[in-house]
Amino acid sequence: MNAAQQEKILRVENLEVVYNDVVLVLKGLSLAAEKGKITALLGANGAGKSTTLKAISGLLEGEDGEVTEGAVVYKDKAIHNTPPDKIVRSGIFQVMEGRRVFEDLTVEENLKCGAYTRPRSEYAGNLDKVYGYFPRLKERRKQLAGYMSGGEQQMLAIGRAIMASPKLLLLDEPSLGLAPLLVEEIFGIIKRFNEQEAVTILLVEQNARAALTIASQGYIMENGRIVLDGAAEELLGNPDVQEFYLGLSHGGERRSYRDVKHYRRRKRWLG
Amino acid sequence: MEHLLEHIIIGLALGSVYSLVALGFVIIYKATKVVNFAQGELVMVGAYICFAFTVQAGLPFVASFLLTLIFSVILALAIERLALRPLIGEPIISVIMVTIGMSAVLKTLVQLFWGTTKKNFPEVLPDVTVKIGGLPLEIEYIAAFILALLLFVIFSLFFKYSRKGVAMRATAFDQLAAASMGIGIKNIFAMSWCIAAIVSCFGGVIVGVIQDINTDLGHVGLLVFPAVILGGLDSLLGAALGGLFIGVLQKVCEGAAHEYLGLGGFGNVASFLFLVVILMIKPYGLFGTEEIERV
Repeated sequence: MNAAQQEKILRVENLEVVYNDVVLVLKGLSLAAEKGKITALLGANGAGKSTTLKAISGLLEGEDGEVTEGAVVYKDKAIHNTPPDKIVRSGIFQVMEGRRVFEDLTVEENLKCGAYTRPRSEYAGNLDKVYGYFPRLKERRKQLAGYMSGGEQQMLAIGRAIMASPKLLLLDEPSLGLAPLLVEEIFGIIKRFNEQEAVTILLVEQNARAALTIASQGYIMENGRIVLDGAAEELLGNPDVQEFYLGLSHGGERRSYRDVKHYRRRKRWLG
Repeated sequence: MEHLLEHIIIGLALGSVYSLVALGFVIIYKATKVVNFAQGELVMVGAYICFAFTVQAGLPFVASFLLTLIFSVILALAIERLALRPLIGEPIISVIMVTIGMSAVLKTLVQLFWGTTKKNFPEVLPDVTVKIGGLPLEIEYIAAFILALLLFVIFSLFFKYSRKGVAMRATAFDQLAAASMGIGIKNIFAMSWCIAAIVSCFGGVIVGVIQDINTDLGHVGLLVFPAVILGGLDSLLGAALGGLFIGVLQKVCEGAAHEYLGLGGFGNVASFLFLVVILMIKPYGLFGTEEIERV
């Protein structure tokens, strides 16, 4: 990988995040996102993936989290400690974990919220764009978001992001709680959005296979730091990743639940 | 009951003041989920400030009313900045407690500056009476009613269609998610307090014009509870109708109790009895949002 020719729109450098002044969640995390590409950030529960995204989008503030070391650099400017509304205005938009749609607002009102920071002239065009990606939202545009299915809510959450015309989109577990077929559909749309709009995407996922299929670059996180990174196809081929994140045994065949505890390998990295 | 019509009409006028105060109450609740116990005191402060400008400073009424509005906005911003902003992210109950404290502070300040005796506004509107249903009615009552209606329409449109209004509703539902949309939460809070202060100020001045004012005016904040609960805590339409209904209920019950039972001051009791009944049979009110629970 020739790093020199790739433009890194986002760089996270040795980031340390502390919650409530005591709980150290990120311990010197570094990663970068290439402009126009999808970068996947993978890891188990509690690894600090969501915290990483919130540190980038400024949403840590509302949860008593604080960046104590390191930096988040977006377009060569340090943006940690910037309030979230300014960060959204600069072109970074986070789709939060668990969809977080405004349940007692209609679909269209939700989309209007997504466009909050954008000039009014863009609204109609972006709305058409969202309905183009998600025709189902158009059918339900007068419906309260709370009455929609999980998949539709996830579409709405991504739709809100599209309304904000982001340069860098942070997606936090878009596959959470969705049926496999729906995951495929939504990941397809994410890929299409990335290609058609040249939007850089940082994708946090537990579904490592789905994420690495559409990503070009991947990072694997454990206990608040990056333990492995590389091109997506390298990671997909890496025996450790196959064993611990893709559920394949060394030979590449699927593992049985019967011997799921009997790892044949030890992790070849320092966690 | 021979005075029924009279009670109803006076009740509607009183009710329009309730509607305005309830409107302020609902706006703050809608945007921030805070139940503002200082709402009545905002009404009282508005009335006294207007009194100070008109009577004590001798300004023409229109000028002093505009000054009162400006003062109310500044007061609301100050309250928001000093007392509420530091509490963002803390449990809602702490904020509610602060509003209770604030109501005591505001009341004491007003007593400090103006004492506890009744104050009279000068005649503001021409002394015209209009006949409605054969009943002579002072024009103040009609003005109060129309003003309340107008403000209600304006704010309903604001919440339904304007970007800021929708953002306020979004913030009420989920602050963090709203922040992730780029909505400035602090601005939204400040704005909701400003709007609430403005409508309260209208309410206070109307009371001043209709009758005299004293520091008990703050109690209107509590009397508005039955109205808001009846209408549904987060519904503007509910606040407007609930206010009118409670106004009428209060006056009619008071009249009836006086006439048949020889009891005085039954009106307030009636509205709170009604509050209990409403909570038992329709806890979300007539127009309030029932919590959406998907199974």
